[in-house]
Amino acid sequence: MSSPSAVAEAVGAAPDPRPRRAFRVPRPGYLVTKLAAAAVSFGVTLVIGFVLFNVMPSDPVRTMTRGRPVSEAQLAALRVQLGLDKPIWERFFDYVGNTLHGNLGYSWEYQQSVASLTLSRVGPTLLLMGTSFAISVVLGLWLGMRSGWRAGSLFDRVTSSTALTLWSVPTFWLGMILLIVFSVGIGPIHGFLPTAGMSDPTLPQTGMTHYLDVARHLVLPALTMVLVVYAQYVTIMRSSIIEEKGSPYLLTARAKGLTDDAVRRRHALPNAMLPSVTMIFMHLGGLISGAVTVEAIFSWPGLGDLTYQALTIPDLPVLQGTFIVFSASVIIMNLLADLAYRVLDPRVRAQ
Amino acid sequence: MTPIPDRSGAEARADVPAQVPAPEQTPALEARDLSVVYPGSRGRGPARAVDGVNLRIGKGEIVALIGESGCGKSTLARALVGLVRPTGGQVLSQGRPLDYSAKALKQYRRHTQLVLQDPGGALNPKQNVYDAVALGPRLHRLTEGLPERVHGALARAGLRPPEAFVGRYPHELSGGQQQRAVIAGVLALDPMVMVADEPVASLDASVRGEILKLILHLRDELGLSALVVSHDLGLAWNIADRVAVMYLGRVVEQGTVEEVLLHPKHPYTQALLSVIPNGAEDWRPTLLTGEPPDPTAIPAGCRFHPRCGRWAAASEADRAAAACDRRELPVLTPDGARAACHLLEPNTLLPETV
Repeated sequence: MSSPSAVAEAVGAAPDPRPRRAFRVPRPGYLVTKLAAAAVSFGVTLVIGFVLFNVMPSDPVRTMTRGRPVSEAQLAALRVQLGLDKPIWERFFDYVGNTLHGNLGYSWEYQQSVASLTLSRVGPTLLLMGTSFAISVVLGLWLGMRSGWRAGSLFDRVTSSTALTLWSVPTFWLGMILLIVFSVGIGPIHGFLPTAGMSDPTLPQTGMTHYLDVARHLVLPALTMVLVVYAQYVTIMRSSIIEEKGSPYLLTARAKGLTDDAVRRRHALPNAMLPSVTMIFMHLGGLISGAVTVEAIFSWPGLGDLTYQALTIPDLPVLQGTFIVFSASVIIMNLLADLAYRVLDPRVRAQ
Repeated sequence: MTPIPDRSGAEARADVPAQVPAPEQTPALEARDLSVVYPGSRGRGPARAVDGVNLRIGKGEIVALIGESGCGKSTLARALVGLVRPTGGQVLSQGRPLDYSAKALKQYRRHTQLVLQDPGGALNPKQNVYDAVALGPRLHRLTEGLPERVHGALARAGLRPPEAFVGRYPHELSGGQQQRAVIAGVLALDPMVMVADEPVASLDASVRGEILKLILHLRDELGLSALVVSHDLGLAWNIADRVAVMYLGRVVEQGTVEEVLLHPKHPYTQALLSVIPNGAEDWRPTLLTGEPPDPTAIPAGCRFHPRCGRWAAASEADRAAAACDRRELPVLTPDGARAACHLLEPNTLLPETV
């Protein structure tokens, strides 16, 4: 606590008789530290990305020319064209420079720049992950709050055990089961949902029919993601509510005349939200990378599917590009989480 | 434990106007045959946390409720502010039985306020001092002149100047300042009774005195009645007008501070007082032995007899005559006997000395 300055500050603000929760702009020092930390993380990611994809025991030129008759001279020419003949440090600096300029390389398989390829796949991924993320957060936090407040009740036991069971189920298995039950159909159940893709190519690609079609395609992948992810919010929220529930300030609020419901809503919930906020930002960072399995199962044309396809070839520039994009999104979201925490928790603000 | 001051301290206390209420006056808060039984769990029987308590807090009076951990004193405090619903008996506020409908309870809570042991925990970490103090008034729609009300309460609680504190968060305050902020939150509602559950137990010795002085000052200034729950006899000596000693859900001894602390009658009170060093050559504390009291298994007869030094020292014949382990004791009433003990009956065969 910086008492002299805090007192001076508060005295200085005396004319305002009703100090609302003062949002203090973070000190520039704090912001600079966090930004520097993020930059260092990104730098390390770049190095790892480069090393990882350059020590891979696969000859890119051979992969590209697989199944075609090529002469040694042509191979050498291709190496020069791809810059593979240069010394390794020169290639590293080229790579760093290119990345910082937004040039993520050129896909061997798709014959397209990785940046434009990635960009075209971001939309579907954000649609899938955004939908399932929003549903999991709302559902998980609500269930967690209810079951934590009445811990040990029947509602709590049913909620917690269901959530934990779904959490421990492997994603690909759950996806397959849902696919079999709702798309293919077993026994008396007729499959009524599409098996793969994001839209039906035989339907017009614009207008209301298209949106409804996309929504129909979205149901199964989003459901799979929700079922696997929401349990984490349930458990985190449940335990933080249980922790807050014993706090004396809730008793104080109740003793002042607040109803049980209002105590939970206005006092327990905001404080119990803090650990969940961390979790939300962690998931936000993983949003565009987290769906590799689900996108592969349902052939959802997003970044995860792109990564999966690139892995099977292997298309190293695409893998390197998605690696960088995924890491950058995690780093940026962590930075935002740090900043958001200061707004949400006055105790962190003091640091 | 705060040491009890010597006689000179007692004389100094006499200067404080002791506002012992006239008998015809309606008490500010009263418990009548109050009992709270918690249902048993995991194979244990129901816990009789409070088991028949009569307690009276007069207007402008400070009563100290003394007892060791688990004797039911916190449960009693909570029942008195309406947070725990008694399973038997009544809580009377200004002579009227407490109504447990949501509306009446809210009204009641405006006048009877609770202060908890841990001031750090009693304040919402996300609220600054202004919002914490304004919580009660806002809830009871006393929003007219709210800033003045909050600043006034802070000043009366000793947080001066109020402007220096309103914008701060609990973690930016010291323990004593936090407890003052909690008390300011109580004062902002102009209550008639304050129930304080171990108000200074988690504070430094130096801060303790200040908070106790504040409570005394509020009584003198505002006529506030207070029940102070504590395990500390020195605290009772320093601020209380009357003392009630609780053991295993019952009041075992009651009376004015001087009566109870200088001339204790019940063997339990005597044992509690005997452990305070008094500087005498022959100082010998009476240490309580046996199991700590368990509200799920209350002994028959006098509930203190398994740990009673006099019972342990008595001969077989004396035991048979006194029958502490079989005869039930009557429940103490505010106007009745001072202590609940079979050995205080005139025809007892047991020796009076401890």
